[in-house]
Amino acid sequence: MSILVDSKTRVVVQGITGKEGTFHALACRDYGTSVVAGVTPGKGGIRHEGIPVFDTVCEAVDKEAANTALIFVPAPFAADAILEAIDAAIPLVVCITEGIPILDMIRVARVLRGSGTRLIGPNCPGIISPGMAKVGIMPGHIHTRGRIGLISRSGTLTYEAVHQLTRQGLGQSTCIGIGGDPIIGTTFVDCLTLFEQDEATEAVLMIGEIGGTAEEEAAQFVACHMSKPVIGYVAGLAAPAGRRMGHAGAIISGGRGTAAEKISALQRAGIVVVHSPAEMGATVRQALNQAR
Amino acid sequence: MKIHEFQAKAILSAYGIPVPKGEVVATPAEARCAAERLGGSAVLKAQIHAGGRGKAGGIVTVASPQEAEAAAERLLGSRLLTHQAGPEGSLVRRILIEEQVAIGRELYAGIVLDRKVAQPVIMVSGAGGMEIEEMAAKHPERILRIAVDPATQLQPFHIRRLIAGLALPQPVQRVVAGLLPSLYRLFQEKDCSLVEINPLVMTTDGGLIALDAKITVDDNALFRHPELAALRDLDEELPLEIDASRFGLNYIKLNGTVGCMVNGAGLAMATMDIVKLVGGEPANFLDVGGSASAEQITQAFRIVMSDQSVRVVLINIFGGILRCDRLAEGVMQAVSSLKVTLPVVIRMEGTNVEQGKRMLAESGLNFIAADGMQDAAEKAVQAAGQTVQRSTFKVDE
Repeated sequence: MSILVDSKTRVVVQGITGKEGTFHALACRDYGTSVVAGVTPGKGGIRHEGIPVFDTVCEAVDKEAANTALIFVPAPFAADAILEAIDAAIPLVVCITEGIPILDMIRVARVLRGSGTRLIGPNCPGIISPGMAKVGIMPGHIHTRGRIGLISRSGTLTYEAVHQLTRQGLGQSTCIGIGGDPIIGTTFVDCLTLFEQDEATEAVLMIGEIGGTAEEEAAQFVACHMSKPVIGYVAGLAAPAGRRMGHAGAIISGGRGTAAEKISALQRAGIVVVHSPAEMGATVRQALNQAR
Repeated sequence: MKIHEFQAKAILSAYGIPVPKGEVVATPAEARCAAERLGGSAVLKAQIHAGGRGKAGGIVTVASPQEAEAAAERLLGSRLLTHQAGPEGSLVRRILIEEQVAIGRELYAGIVLDRKVAQPVIMVSGAGGMEIEEMAAKHPERILRIAVDPATQLQPFHIRRLIAGLALPQPVQRVVAGLLPSLYRLFQEKDCSLVEINPLVMTTDGGLIALDAKITVDDNALFRHPELAALRDLDEELPLEIDASRFGLNYIKLNGTVGCMVNGAGLAMATMDIVKLVGGEPANFLDVGGSASAEQITQAFRIVMSDQSVRVVLINIFGGILRCDRLAEGVMQAVSSLKVTLPVVIRMEGTNVEQGKRMLAESGLNFIAADGMQDAAEKAVQAAGQTVQRSTFKVDE
């Protein structure tokens, strides 16, 4: 098994006729994911690369039984696109878009709270259950099916981790990029909860970075609720304070949110901490050997 | 995006929040005239983005127009060494000259975004004047906080709760109660990530006035606020960083010798970390983005190398959308067109990696190929002329 996406996943791509939307809708389909519909307001009725396009998400749900939305809508309109997917009662929404205004996301986060929708992202690479479904922009071919769950705030650093795991002969159950923004739909704790319950997952690698307190909250959760081994890496030990390191959420502000703080919280919770980003795979291998 | 104090005060004023009478000046003569108009005595405040101005001597009280002129003469063109600015300090180009205010009591009012609860949080305190971070650390009980649910927005009970904790005289309570909704409206309408009035001064005659103000605007929302985007002060940013932003590159200058060129922010941070771990110092953070073009790679190279302290360029690319063959093409183009003489260490992985590696090997150009992040960092640090340290955290494989 896996979490959140699998062979039953039926994807509607919002913003499918754009350049990014087209490229990645096809890459997801090539990977074997059922991409059943696209949405571009004003272009309903056409077929784009063989995929039926609708004006609204509701139609895509009614006519094609889409159960997962993948969003490539430009930042100024992305919050509206997420809200539309929530309104259409889509259980899983993955938003790739970077640069959504924070106050827009605050409204989205509020609406999410009372809904049956889970949002992954925004500003994330998406989610993949290797061999079953890819709903995102990650290169599918570097992944292999296996028993490691992966959660990360980053994109390419996640690919690096996957590559290292694969080299160690460790496949992945599901890899989730939760996103680099200050306000995101799904947190480390949410993913850890799912991985703890997932029979296919044997251990979890979590990749954090400077800014916010999500890693500290995850550490607390791990200490109280996780029976599976958790391995953690935190990027940004060399990052200066007060500067936004690429991701909107990656900033040490008022002296808080440093990598050192997060690493010590992880260690206190009994999480195996990887100190060098070159050794993520090797550390997971070692932790597994010890646990077995 | 940060804005200057005088810009923040103009916005507060537009929302009906009282600020001291004042003018912005750029010459000592202007300062003299402004002080005359303000009635002689005045306060001169250097306009720089970095905080901690007061301690660095950036705020001067004067008793006459002559003194104002002399103080402006000293401040303008000087560099203020604040704890927030870099070692070279911040150059003072403009001064806000304001009337003096008779301070009765100093309060604090601010709104920030709480990432954990995903809501704006209004904070007030009866002990203003201190730096809020310092106060939060030393006396957390002195700050009253209330998160505002975006579904209801600001409600009268929020204000009542905040006011109740402040222990202010009745008439001042009413004024504060009137000010907070304006502040919240400003925060919402201008897409702020921070609004702070510190101190919010209770004057001796019972009025309220924003003596200092700080506003940070959400960069992601600037597209819908051209009036705020126009307040960006390029003088407060490093020329190289402005240069990079023009090409969609995310560059932050640091103080080391290993120039880094990486795709993706997380991998870029991790690359800096590993450079440091093996005994080097990164010269910069640079994210070329997920789908860098050959043009962007050339520009990235040029910017990394414009930093005179750079001794080696370390390229770490994990090819996903950005294919390794395209990267190799861009790098080869950049190296020949920019006549790069510095050593270049390249580590790439991912889509079309074999093709990319072959292209570099056959190019006849002098690259140092690396396998994996550890190898890349070690080779780069070596090429920068530093001693490679074996990581003490090394995990046995």
